[in-house]
Amino acid sequence: MTLKSLLMGAVATTALAPAAFAERGADGQVNIIYWQAPSSMNPLLSGGTKEVEASSMVIEPLIRFDETGAIVPWLVTDIPSVDNGGISEDLTQITWPLKEGILWSDGPPFTSADVKFTYDYCTHPEGGCAQITKFEGIESIETPDDQTVVINFANPTPYPFAAFGGAESPVLQKAQFEACIGPAAPTCTEENFNPIGTGAFVVDDFRPNDVITLSANPNYRDPAKPAFATINFKGGGDAVGAARTVLETGEFDYAWNLQVAPDVLAGMEAAGNGELMTSFGPSVERIMLNNTNPDPALGPDERAVIRPHPFLQDPGVYNAMSLAIDRVLLAEIGYGAGGQVTCNWVPAPAAYNSDTFTCDTQDIAAANAMLDEAGIVDTNGDGIREKDGVEMSILFQTSTNSIRQDYQALIKDWWSQIGIESELRNIDASVFFGGDAGSPDTFQRFYADVEMYTNTFSGTDPQAYLANMLCDKAPSPATQWQGENISRFCMEEYDALWNTLAQTSDLDERARIGRELNDMAVSNGAMIPLTHRGDISARSNALAGVRMNSWDSELWNIADWSRAE
Amino acid sequence: MLTFTIRRLLLSIPTLLFISLSIFMLLQLAPGDPMAQVPLTVPPEVKEKMREALGLGQPPLIQYWKWMVQFFWIEPQVLIDHWFGTSFSEGAQRVISWQTRSPVMDIVVQRIPQTLWVVGLSYVVGILIALPIGIYSAYKQYSVFDQSGTFITMIGFSIPPFFTGPLLIVIFSVQLGWFPSIYDTTHVVTDWASFKVQFMQMIMPVMVLALQTTAQISRYMRSSMLDNLSQDYVRTARAKGLRESVVVLVHVLRNSMIPVITVIALGIPSIFGGAIITENVFKVNGIGQLLITALFANDIPMVMTLTFIFAILIVLFNLIADVLYGVLDPRIRYD
Repeated sequence: MTLKSLLMGAVATTALAPAAFAERGADGQVNIIYWQAPSSMNPLLSGGTKEVEASSMVIEPLIRFDETGAIVPWLVTDIPSVDNGGISEDLTQITWPLKEGILWSDGPPFTSADVKFTYDYCTHPEGGCAQITKFEGIESIETPDDQTVVINFANPTPYPFAAFGGAESPVLQKAQFEACIGPAAPTCTEENFNPIGTGAFVVDDFRPNDVITLSANPNYRDPAKPAFATINFKGGGDAVGAARTVLETGEFDYAWNLQVAPDVLAGMEAAGNGELMTSFGPSVERIMLNNTNPDPALGPDERAVIRPHPFLQDPGVYNAMSLAIDRVLLAEIGYGAGGQVTCNWVPAPAAYNSDTFTCDTQDIAAANAMLDEAGIVDTNGDGIREKDGVEMSILFQTSTNSIRQDYQALIKDWWSQIGIESELRNIDASVFFGGDAGSPDTFQRFYADVEMYTNTFSGTDPQAYLANMLCDKAPSPATQWQGENISRFCMEEYDALWNTLAQTSDLDERARIGRELNDMAVSNGAMIPLTHRGDISARSNALAGVRMNSWDSELWNIADWSRAE
Repeated sequence: MLTFTIRRLLLSIPTLLFISLSIFMLLQLAPGDPMAQVPLTVPPEVKEKMREALGLGQPPLIQYWKWMVQFFWIEPQVLIDHWFGTSFSEGAQRVISWQTRSPVMDIVVQRIPQTLWVVGLSYVVGILIALPIGIYSAYKQYSVFDQSGTFITMIGFSIPPFFTGPLLIVIFSVQLGWFPSIYDTTHVVTDWASFKVQFMQMIMPVMVLALQTTAQISRYMRSSMLDNLSQDYVRTARAKGLRESVVVLVHVLRNSMIPVITVIALGIPSIFGGAIITENVFKVNGIGQLLITALFANDIPMVMTLTFIFAILIVLFNLIADVLYGVLDPRIRYD
């Protein structure tokens, strides 16, 4: 009998043995390089992509988005919906059921009080929280018990997943940050560098703009994860150097955001140490068309404020300008595998990607014909067309960046072939995107006829992004040149349709309206979309489990990463 | 000599105050915004709130005064507290970086070791190579050695580290796989094995920087030796029947070193300034990388503090060079 149970025990042990391989920390160290080094671990204060990504290994939101953009319950048991009663019928309340048994890395349980605290922390008027828009429209947060969070919205909110959804809106620990609320927020260095989280890793040593050392969270909810015991998260240098360390020398396992000339990357990948991965979010490189008159002769209250532009709002003009561009060539030389042709302002998620337009063939002759037909011809024989006596010579500005200058040079040439002269200008990115109301060179000020840059939105719902083309969002002296409607596009029908979108909760219907709004803006001369830009990262062959993601942090599933056999 | 030193030290106070004001005003005039790196998905009114939380809304002169108080009054207290365990600085507002929202001096202290290791060592290595080259080139003027030395120093002068750095990486890291292309700043030397790792990771950045130092110092050494070799006292020494090694290495070298030592002393502040390009190429992340990232991020308190520390060092080492000159050359007296 004793012998039998002993044997049984031995059999049972062998059956358990394979499980022992999937042990926490069994795979040693993983080396990650982010050539833009994170300067903080608190994304609520910094708002930069690098800080959001780095902190996502430590602190977590209630829900994440997977690589397809679908919502994944993370710290909650399931996704609330109107059908399961998690969202109230009038769309003003959402109830989050928190997972049981989740612990902070320092021991205490994760509760609804932490979630409510994060809301209080970020919405404090003097805290300078970068992610405050995630909590826009929230009236109050209630915590009926430790495992339930109820969010009340002031108005019906068809998409209530912005707060605590995705890497930009993680939950902070109340006990740690309680003293750091409001004006004290930026002074809490220790807390901002070493936040306590529920994620797979814990910060051991944070050196701002240099290197972060992390180790596996002993209290992580899945006892078998993460497979790696430590992370060496190196920052600094440049994108080429980062790509080289993964693809050529094999010193690192993962390199992020490799904005490198496509041919250089392809050469490195040929070494066979690793592979490049791309994924596409909603980033679009586009040319914004100024719908106001940027004539320097106008006074400060009129320049880039009064409508219309002397010629850019003529459909014949902007359609011809679009037709003259070889988008396939641009995407190829600029971004390689990380760029795709797009005719849309909102090219992703797939449900929002309109198929109304095609724009992948350049046709200079047709563009010329289009302008001739519109009656815009060269009357004085200088090679430049005139509309109503105004020479079609435009100022084309963008930020300083070698790819953008290549784009500019090519586009200038194509436009010159249809009789439009362009003067090129590039402005340092820190000034161009700086938003300084006193500077004439910001992209908001738009003291030019056309300008090129990339914009995107976070999360998977474009409602707020589509609001960028509402009439009242146009920058002007009255708003200290702030506002998201850079092209000063204004159309009553657009505003009305956007208001319909804001009151629609059915996802299919929202997607249909979204596509229609996209078509309206593009076909009425708000912009010329050029390239749908993806994210490119590199993974060494020795790393498994990476699921490249543009909708959340690229490190969103770091708990599942492991050493490849 | 003492009164000279004291007079110079006192004079440097208004100089430094003026420098700090100039740096501050130049930074104020420079375009740029610390929120420029925040993605466009963050709306402008939120960015405005973030700026206010950093204290950007205040008038420039008040910002300058606050920086002065923080740098000259509070930071020394922090240092005293750190050394003696006192608590003078408790609750006082230190110089805070806009990027990291942490005290600037803490980051500087964190970065100093790798900069001193790499840039400092390259300076020492550079000098050790340069002096013999300079001496021998001058002694055998227009010989093959001198010509090739001139050629190599010209290369050292004219090829920038952003070329030599990646070139070395491609040869020694990618092709041969001998040295790491990335410097590990967290590496701690505890035994021979870890010292070997440290040595391996330092060798490429040190050599790139040493090439520059060698080029510069060896030219100075050569010309200074040439000046002295034709002097009368050299002929006298030879006429006395002294051996050639004594003539060159004792009589000529000692006199030739006087200007070279001042040049070396004047170059020391640049060690603390780090090497912006080389640090970036090899990811050494020292003071130079700190300065350039702060400039890109428009982190004015960080740039201001770093450049002012450089200013102090430059003023100080100028003084040291002057004093050394007097000590080495008894003919020079400042009193």
